[in-house]
Amino acid sequence: MRRLILGIAVVFLLSQSTSASASSLTADEVMKKSQAAFLYQGKDFRARVMMKLITKGGQERVREMAMMRKNYGESGGEQKYFIYFFQPADVKDMTFMVYKYPGKDADRWLFIPAINMVRRIAAKDKYSSFVGSDFTYEDVSGRNLEDDTHSIVKDAQYNGKDCYVVKSTPKAADMEYSYKLSWIDKISFLPLKEEYFDTREELYKVFTADEIKDIKGFPTITKRTMKNLQSGHMTQAAYLQADYDIGMEDSLFSERYLKQPPKKWIE
Amino acid sequence: MIRKASTIALSLIATAITLFGNVRADDVSLHGFLEGNYSAGLAARNPDGGDFKLAEERLQLKLDASKDPFHVFIKADTFYDHVDEKWNSELREGYLDLISSKWDARLGRQVITWGLGDMVFINDMFPKDYEAFFSGRPLEYMKKGIDGVKFGIYPGFASFELVAIPFFTHDTYPSANRFSMFDPMPDITDREKAKTAVTLDNTEFAARAYRDIAGFDTSVYFYKGFFRQPSMMPDNPVNPTKLTLFYPKLSVYGTSVQGRALDGVLSLEAGYYDSREDRAGSNPIIPNSETRYLIGYQRQMWEDFTMGVQYYGEYMHDYSQYVQSLPSGFPRQRKLHELTTVRLTQLLVNQTLKLSFFAFYSPSDGDYMLNPEIKYNFTDSLWSALGANIFFGGNRSCQFGQFAKDDNVYVQVRYEF
Repeated sequence: MRRLILGIAVVFLLSQSTSASASSLTADEVMKKSQAAFLYQGKDFRARVMMKLITKGGQERVREMAMMRKNYGESGGEQKYFIYFFQPADVKDMTFMVYKYPGKDADRWLFIPAINMVRRIAAKDKYSSFVGSDFTYEDVSGRNLEDDTHSIVKDAQYNGKDCYVVKSTPKAADMEYSYKLSWIDKISFLPLKEEYFDTREELYKVFTADEIKDIKGFPTITKRTMKNLQSGHMTQAAYLQADYDIGMEDSLFSERYLKQPPKKWIE
Repeated sequence: MIRKASTIALSLIATAITLFGNVRADDVSLHGFLEGNYSAGLAARNPDGGDFKLAEERLQLKLDASKDPFHVFIKADTFYDHVDEKWNSELREGYLDLISSKWDARLGRQVITWGLGDMVFINDMFPKDYEAFFSGRPLEYMKKGIDGVKFGIYPGFASFELVAIPFFTHDTYPSANRFSMFDPMPDITDREKAKTAVTLDNTEFAARAYRDIAGFDTSVYFYKGFFRQPSMMPDNPVNPTKLTLFYPKLSVYGTSVQGRALDGVLSLEAGYYDSREDRAGSNPIIPNSETRYLIGYQRQMWEDFTMGVQYYGEYMHDYSQYVQSLPSGFPRQRKLHELTTVRLTQLLVNQTLKLSFFAFYSPSDGDYMLNPEIKYNFTDSLWSALGANIFFGGNRSCQFGQFAKDDNVYVQVRYEF
């Protein structure tokens, strides 16, 4: 009996210590889990993305595309992206492909239908606006975790959800922001809000997750907004018909299908 | 040409109706644009006295229909040309695709673009329209469609494209009434175009095999056909009265490699031009064999700013034979013709405003072409571009120097739907 009580006590203590360690995840661990939840869910992912680019004066432009993503290896590892544009008319039928690698620059190809040409393009994630929106390539396909130092600033609630607030400071000096604060949901590990501060430490860009849906068991941000407070420009992105683990073939990510996007994936 | 085009278009439409009689509406799409495109001479009047290199309003319609395993695409333009004062129509593309998992086939008029050059072409042996480029039309009008069939074969270890072109299409050069193009024999006005008969022997073949090698996109190319720039055959070598324009036989063997390097994208391309009707290099009418090569590099320097530079060379083989046989009075080409290019692109205002600058400079000939352009997207469907083409340096027989009187400023306005 004594032994049993001791055993229970040990189990109790152990469980206490595990939950204690759960609540005391390091900032790096939080960001790693967040990266996995935000950008690496499932083996593959597809969505029809409707982006609205809205100027300060209220003028709207629309970018509608089919986005496919496939993982190669673990979270934080290699990924391939395939994007097909439905509208506007001047980019209709254009396709775009990215091979993303951990720790080095991505390979990118663009297909221009008017001259039936596939061309590699030189682009840097951190500098490039994605199709003229307020999202950068990094906002769409993620940023290397090792490029920043992360620290947990505090715990806080956002929209009634318990969050870690993580400060990420770029190690390199050539970024347009000096640091970023992320509100990471303690349960789903999705970023619910991000605030970007410029080199004068003034808030200039805000990301918010506006709608989260459960898709095949994966909590997924299906509506998001990025607002530039300095220019007043903002971009809303809605992920329609989002789906995971649909069995995307490797061959999709090729020059052949850039030129002739397969109907079954871009509907 | 027009009859051939309309035959292709009609048979495609007939095929489409047969195949797609009961397709769903979302598998058929109709798009296009309305465009105004004007280009005014800056330096001097055109040789025919006109002021405009180009002045036209154009309607393009693009019909796209799919039903597995078929796909039909038709792109047709109709436009009013104010310079020639007439309506014109052209079938830009019109083809039928047959698509299978390991191969596909495309039959009809189609645009094919191979190789890595930016406005310089080594292994892209498909027809071009240089007048479109020099007079300020949108880039897509520089590429002309071919009338033929292309097969794609995708066995996994590499990909293959095989092209057969039974109907020859020549390059379009600036017309003599709109541009002061160099002519070595201006006094002989009696000229005749030799027709390339449609025979198996005259059918052009092109092949490309490509795959990834250590992170680099690697291609090898082969072409058997003709030079697309005409040579001029005089009826009498001593005292000619008539010139016959013809397209000498040509084969090209080439390769290209492109990949990420030096914090940007590096491109290498080369090709051997086998001038099959003048392998000795002693016929002054026909171009000699050549080796052509290209080094290109592009890099993003800061947000939405990209820079691209290229060095391109044409090395003539059997040069001493060429010099020996060249008739007196004709401009002598150099053994090595070199070209360099630079392209700068800056996007602004959420990528609605584009400032670009493209320039050719030939270190061997000393001539230039400059093309600055500003383009603005007013809305998602309406954009306009304003630019200029400036030519100078070199002499009357140089690639760009010959157009020294043809500087022009152009405007393009397009509504897309």
